Formats: sequence, C-alpha cells, structure tokens
Amino acid sequence: MNDNVKTPGGARTKGDVLLEIRDLKIEGESDEVWRPIVKGVDLSLKRGEVLGLIGESGAGKSTIGLAAMGFARAGCRISGGSIMFDGIDLLTAGDEKRRRLRGSRIAYVAQSAAASFNPAHQLMSQTIEAELREGIRGRTDAEKDAIELYRRLRLPHPDEIGFRYPHQVSGGQLQRAMTAMAMTCRPDLIIFDEPTTALDVTTQVEVLAAIRDIVEQFNTAAIYITHDLAVVAQMADRIKVLRYGKAVEEAPTREMLANPREEYTKSLWSVRKLGKQEQPGGDPVLRVTNVTAAYGNAVRVLNDVTVTVPRGRTVAVVGESGSGKSTLARAITGLLPPMQGEIVFNGKTLPRALKDRDPDTLRRIQMIYQMPDTALNPRQTVYEAIGRPVEFYRGLTGAKKDARIAELLKLIEMDEGYVDRYPGELSGGQKQRICIARALAAEPELIICDEVTSALDQIVQEGILQLLMRLQRELDVSYLFITHDIATVRAISDEIVVMFQGRVVQQGAKTKVLSPPHPAYTELLLSSVPEMDPDWLTNLLARRKVTPEAMKAGDR
Amino acid sequence: MTENAQSPHNAMLVAPIRRRSKMTRLWRALRKAPPSAWFGLIVIVVYIFTAIFAPLLAPYSETELIGGAFEPWGGKFILGTDQLGRDMLSRMIYGARNTVGIAFLTAILSFVLGGALGLTAAISGRWIDQLLSRSVDVLMSIPPLIFALVLLSIVGSSVPNLIIIMAVLDSTRVFRLSRSVAQGVVVMDYVEAARLRGEKLPWIMRREILPNIMPPLVAEFGLRFCFVFLTISALSFLGLGIQPPTADWGSMVRDNAALITYGDITPLLPAGAIALLTVSVNLVVDWFLHKTSGLRE
Repeated sequence: MNDNVKTPGGARTKGDVLLEIRDLKIEGESDEVWRPIVKGVDLSLKRGEVLGLIGESGAGKSTIGLAAMGFARAGCRISGGSIMFDGIDLLTAGDEKRRRLRGSRIAYVAQSAAASFNPAHQLMSQTIEAELREGIRGRTDAEKDAIELYRRLRLPHPDEIGFRYPHQVSGGQLQRAMTAMAMTCRPDLIIFDEPTTALDVTTQVEVLAAIRDIVEQFNTAAIYITHDLAVVAQMADRIKVLRYGKAVEEAPTREMLANPREEYTKSLWSVRKLGKQEQPGGDPVLRVTNVTAAYGNAVRVLNDVTVTVPRGRTVAVVGESGSGKSTLARAITGLLPPMQGEIVFNGKTLPRALKDRDPDTLRRIQMIYQMPDTALNPRQTVYEAIGRPVEFYRGLTGAKKDARIAELLKLIEMDEGYVDRYPGELSGGQKQRICIARALAAEPELIICDEVTSALDQIVQEGILQLLMRLQRELDVSYLFITHDIATVRAISDEIVVMFQGRVVQQGAKTKVLSPPHPAYTELLLSSVPEMDPDWLTNLLARRKVTPEAMKAGDR
Repeated sequence: MTENAQSPHNAMLVAPIRRRSKMTRLWRALRKAPPSAWFGLIVIVVYIFTAIFAPLLAPYSETELIGGAFEPWGGKFILGTDQLGRDMLSRMIYGARNTVGIAFLTAILSFVLGGALGLTAAISGRWIDQLLSRSVDVLMSIPPLIFALVLLSIVGSSVPNLIIIMAVLDSTRVFRLSRSVAQGVVVMDYVEAARLRGEKLPWIMRREILPNIMPPLVAEFGLRFCFVFLTISALSFLGLGIQPPTADWGSMVRDNAALITYGDITPLLPAGAIALLTVSVNLVVDWFLHKTSGLRE
C-alpha cells in the first residue's frame, strides 16, 4: 500500500481541464412557481484536482454537484449555462449517453451510504455492478479488483467484507465501500457529497484518510462537497465558497485559509472562535449516581454512570454515537427507568418512571431536541407550542398567557409577528429557538440539550449557543449539554463528562479535561476533531498509533 | 434559508400577523382543483341537497300507491311507477335521503370507533395494542358481508341495528389504518415532549397526533363511505338491509329487476345513482390525496 501520503495542493499531477461549467443556472419548483436555486456559477476542474465546495445548507452545493453529472433532482431543472465534461456537452448529450457516462466515467458518493446501498444485496455485487454493466471486466476479475480497492481503503478483512450485507458493517465502513464502488470503473471524476457528515469524528478521520489516499493514487479529479471547513481544508486543492446559489470566492486551499477576502468567508472562519470562561461549580441541582440502564433485556447501554450538574452551570456530555449520551438523558427524564442507581434532583430522589413523577418535578426538568423539525408539531402554531406549557404549568389564560408568550418570544430574540406561524414557515434556527422558548415556558431549573446544534448550519449554531449562554446568565438555569462536537464543548461548557460505550471515561472541569495528559479514549476523541490546518490530517496519521476500530474491538 | 431571528427586529412595532382564514385557504385550494374534482364535488352537493330537501322536491309521497304497477315513463309519472304503483322519481329522491344518510352515519360511527381505538393502540402499545389488534384480526377473518347477514338475521333488520353492525365491522379497517399512521407520529419528539410535560392520553391523541394523521383518514373516509354505501345497497338487494316500504336504491333495483327483460331501463336508474355517487366521491378523494401526499414538496 502506498503510505506516501501527500499534502493537498502538493505534487499531484494535474492535467488539462476535465470539467468546465459555465454560468450554470438551476431552478426548483415549489407551489407551481420556478425559483432559482443556482444563479450563474462557473466552475472548472483539471484532471487529478480536488475542488472543495463549501457553504451553508441551501447554498446550492449538492445541486451543483449533481449537475456536474448532468443530473437535476426531481422538481429541479437546469435552465441555463453549459456543462462540458471532457469535450462532451452533458446538457445536449441525450439521456442514454449521460447514463453511460455516470458510473463509468463520473461517479457519485452520497452522504448517507446506509440509505444508498440496497439492503437486500451483498456489498460485492453492488460494488461491481457498474463494471459488469459496462463490460469493463469479467466477474472474477472485478471481484479481485474490488477486494484490492477494499484493501486500499483500509477496510478490515478486505477478502470477505464484500460478502456481507450492508447492515452487517458499520457506517464508516459502508461509506468506504461506497467509495470503492465509485472507484471500480476508475472514473475521471468523483463527486463526494458530504461523505463524512453523518459519521462520528473518530470514524471520520479514517474515512477522510482513505478517500484522500485513493483519489491520489488513481489521480482522480473530485468535487468534495461539505459544510465543514476543517474537513475541506484536508481534502481540497482549491476551495470555492457558495452562498444563495452564487459563488462568493474561490482560491487555492492554503491561500483561502490564510487569507479569506470576502466578509462572508471571514464570518464562516470566525465561528469556531466562540468561547467562555469556565466557572467553578456550585451546589448540585442534579446528581446521577451509579445509574445502569438497558433497553429490554439487551446489553446495558449505561453502565454505572455517575454525573453531577452544578446549579447555573453547563455540563457537557461528549462521546460518539452509541456511547449512551442520549440514553443518559432518557434515564434522567424518566422515559427509560434505570435498572439500578439513583437520580437526585434538588436534594430529592426522583421516582424512576415518568408516570410516578409529579407535574412540578416535570416542569423543573425540560428538554431540547436535536431535530427541531420533529420536536415541534407541524400542525401547531408557535402560539400553541409555547402557549401550552404556559397554560399547563402556570394555569395562565387569556391576556396573561398572551403577555407571557410575548415575553418568551422576546427572550429568544424573536418578535410577536411569529405567533401565528407554523413550524414549516420557520427556518431551522428559528424552529430551534421556539423549542428553547417552549422549554423556558416551564421555568425550568435544568434543561437537557440533546445535540441541539448539530442539525444547524455553523453560523446559526453560533447564534443558538450565544442565546443559550445569555439565558443561563439571566435565568441561572443549568444545562446538561449532550454533544459530539468538541468545538461546541469548548464554547459553552463549565464541566465535561466523556462517555464511551456506556461508561464515563473522564469527568471534570473543562480546562482539566481538555488539557493533557488524557486517558486513551479522550485523547483519541480530541485528536480526531479536524482543525483548520491543511496539514492536520497528515500529521495526525503520522502520529497516531491506535486506530479507533482497534480501540473499540479491544473494548478499552 | 436565512436566519431572520439573528437580525434585530423592531419587536414593539410588529403587530401580530393574522393568518388567512380557513375559508379563504379552502377557496384557494378549490380554485386550483382539476375538473374531475369539481365534477365530483358538484355531484355530491346535488345529492346532499336532494337528501335534505327530499319532501319538497318529490312530487309524490315515498310510500303511497298512486298509479298502476309498472307504468311507463312520461305523463303524470316522469319516470313511471314501480311494481306496486309508487312514483319512481319520488322514491329515487327519498332513496337519496335514506341510503346516503344511513351510509354517512355508519361511516362516521365507524371512524369514531376505529380511530379512537387505533390511536389508543398506537400510543399505549404493549398488551393493549396486542389485545385490540388481535380482536380486530378475529373480526376481519370473517367475510364482512356474510358476517353482517348472519348478525342481521339474528338481531333483526332495523335501521339502528344495521348502522351499528356495519359500523363495527367497518371500524376494523379504520382501526388498522389509524393505528399504522399514528405509529409513525407517536415516535416523534414532539409527542415525547408532550409526555415529558405530563400530558394525559386524550390530549396527546387529540392535539398532538390526530391533526397529523387527518389527511389519510379523510381520504379513507371517502373510500369507506363508498364501501358502506355499496354494502347497504347489497344488503337491501338481498332483503336484509333497509326494509320496505322505506325507499332505498338497493331494494329498488331488486324490486324492478324484472323490467330489464322487457328492455326497460328503469331498474338501472337507482343502480346508476349508486354508481355516480361512488365515482364522484372517489374523484374528490383522489384530488385530496394528491394534494396532501408528499408529491408537492
């Protein structure tokens, strides 16, 4: 295997222009009106070059990525411009010709590999499908080649993994298998659409490294779409920033990172600088002692967990998916009664099950969810969503209720004009603010925030975090903040609890946990967080001895 | 998507926006409806009008014998008379009231029953769900028409019995539908949030779940209504539905069926009335389903 890892923008051979997009315009239909999504974007890509497309959701990144294959999603149409791929005009080429190009000369790697694989077929047959269809190789050769690709992508047991079904491998492995699928025909161009967004940071490192190596080895041109600056800094030779369907600026990666020109780009760069001084803990509002919990009679999801939340402070619970973070929240709220252990709130032991708790206790512990879309009832207006807890807990009606709702909206920096809106008429950030207002309506002492910012764009995230911090200062509310994002933890927490496979690995004051020496898992987690340095991945791989997979297999 | 909440607002100056009322939104939707839906709607409105104002519209009484048997069309009796000499047109008009009215009541009852039980099963889960679902399976394992015939011949064929038996048998289908669509909603975070708030079952059912499953239920209501309607007509045709001398379309077909042999199409009129209403309801339901399905987003 080629371990000679090169840095992006380094000595890769770049040939002539492979893809040339001129003045691309794409429209999308809603309510029988066509509205522009992409408003005249130029893009050119040389052979062997990796271009990073970056921007917030709705910037048109994915739409442009798909257009590079001459494809428009249902409900979208390419309304202007030209797309030239290696001398072929993709817009006039005709369906049959485009279909033959896709898969063989242009490949696509989607965000959710789990949703893109057919669960009824083995990985191998799906990996080599395009090759066989195009008649590039016979089945035996194709399988041999696929195994070689699996090996190069550093999948465990490359000889046999292809004969498993998609549900039998992990998310990170599936994403690499999808990259192998894209590579089988040795395409000239691969479009990566947020391939690591759904993965944990520790897994992300592996996938990023694998993708980068294989693209380099075959000298494939790629468009890498992401909203994560630090990730694109590792992958791309050039970065193009998009906003509202227009290009903001474009420059080679190092130049862009060192010296962003446009205000918008600078604002993207500055988001990660949010931070707060840690404050020492006061008397505990919540104490979780030796809690063990499981779903049904299955394996224990929480194992002897002890966590303390001081009044008016923020305790961040970090860990990757499956570490038991959200289960801890369910145990505290009573949705999943623990098998053992004690939950003490305000000095009183809480009944284990939700139905045994009195309304006043329920009022004092509130919850904010990860997905504001599913946390708000789509058929209830803002007025109903916030008004219900006001009425339910405080018994306010009529003018008093209206006044309280206005007050709450003001707290979350929104005005009364929103009361008659439905969630579908609000942006993601606004929806999350309404969820915060709904929690505040109960006048709680503790708010459990379950990944409240991870579904939001970075700039919106910053606004929500600042709001939460301000509310804490004004209302002295405590937060149990569940997240997998270390940057968020740095920004808002006073104390940190690190969880791994249902156990608490480390807990303590923020500065203590974030500064070395770390226990092995904390070290792995912290070092996996991408940094804005284009050499970060290269250096990390050189330094790292334990892979996350080895660590999980060893069960600590 | 822009983040408006970020920018400072003149919080004091903005008056609450009043939404468009339900009527104007309904009217807007209607204006965009395809001709097929309009046709269906008009037919349904005409039927309802006929049913409500039957005594005013009908030239003669529903049951009175006013002429000879099987009189031809035209003259005094526009559509002739039936086998006993009752006016066919009057009986058609009263039939709308009886058949459609009973079908409507039955469908409503079966929806209230099936919907409430379905939601209870979806929210409660565990043994309640098992008990209800398996009972429904048992009821569904017997062919409904035969089951209805058996029950009606035991308890006797009166209008209340007919409505209750049909409603219970039909509620099994409604139960299955409402349970399965509600299961998709029950797992949502907002339902969990309502539980954490300490809300009781009826509130969660009515306010959190029901509004979200209305579109499929309304569509199903249209279809169920047709089935109930057809079943009642079938039962009447078999002699166990609406009893004489009350006019209803099903038994009118049976009573006058002999005329077909002589090339007289009179017995087809009540059958046509049934068919027309069924088709119209389906046209409206199709439009509604299309409108509320995910196709638009």
